[in-house]
Amino acid sequence: MSGAAHADDHAHGHGGHGQDAHGHGSFKDYVTGFVLSVILTAIPFWLVMGNVIEDKVVTGVVILALAVVQIVVHMIYFLHMNTKSEGGWTFLALIFTITLVVITLCGSIWVMHHLNTNMMPISAEEMRHAP
Amino acid sequence: MATHATHTLVGERMSDADAPNFLDLEGEHHPEGSTMLGFWIYLMSDCLIFAVLFATYAVLGRSYAAGPSPKDLFDLPIVAVNTSMLLFSSITYGFAMLAMEKDDLSKTQLWLAVTGLFGAAFVGLELWEFSHLIHEGATPQRSGFLSAFFTLVGTHGLHVTFGLIWLVTLMVQTRWKGLIPENKRRLMCLSMFWHFLDVIWIGVFTFVYLMGVLQ
Repeated sequence: MSGAAHADDHAHGHGGHGQDAHGHGSFKDYVTGFVLSVILTAIPFWLVMGNVIEDKVVTGVVILALAVVQIVVHMIYFLHMNTKSEGGWTFLALIFTITLVVITLCGSIWVMHHLNTNMMPISAEEMRHAP
Repeated sequence: MATHATHTLVGERMSDADAPNFLDLEGEHHPEGSTMLGFWIYLMSDCLIFAVLFATYAVLGRSYAAGPSPKDLFDLPIVAVNTSMLLFSSITYGFAMLAMEKDDLSKTQLWLAVTGLFGAAFVGLELWEFSHLIHEGATPQRSGFLSAFFTLVGTHGLHVTFGLIWLVTLMVQTRWKGLIPENKRRLMCLSMFWHFLDVIWIGVFTFVYLMGVLQ
């Protein structure tokens, strides 16, 4: 992963000088990322273990949102993701992967949910007597 | 398609060899940059494997077959400890990278060792949890939920295990050869791999453990 400052090197085709071309953030970056991650991990555990919010759907949405935020924090502070490294190719690959992941997850859940609700009207009782 | 691409690449290399101009000099530096991009693309494909396993869990996660549910099985305090182990290992690997940038071999190895210990603690706790579940009769064969759970969490654990093997290998390599450019490149690849596994774990502890207990 190249740091933003070195992305120009790559664009001109003479990057790749070991540690120079692949900045790994500063001590401050890692500590910021770590502190944010601890907070973003502690809140969902606290919400679930302490039964803080009555409505379970709301809790679920909140912890999923916190997970997304934490993934972004990790991407920026630990994986040093930015739109310019490797001439933008890492970012492009990430966007492509996110698109595929969203299609895979949403598609599977949506299709299988409909399959379960619309096509299998068998109760547990009927299931036991099924051949 | 693949063969066609290979032919094109070979063709380009040959023309480079025929005309050794300034492009060739730049070629010497090129592999390290492309290693990082290539490794990133590998991680993205690995991400797709996990996406499929997450989708499987999303579909099968409620099929208990009259067996135990997440609420009966999961022990959140242990999951919290496990999560913190992986998070600590992430920042200590970061410190190893900072020491590597300063060409401080002993400090790099120290932080790598600390990372390895946290990683080993994570794998150990997970194995203990698995054996506990199996002992209780919650085996992968018990229900669709448990099959999906063991596949998803087990695949992640297997990744961490291989990351640990890689980490020990690199500790030996840096001891033998020092922080040469090749070893730095390898350490940077492992850095991406390690942080990537922590990103996947965020999805696991939220989607599998917390949302499982929440139901």
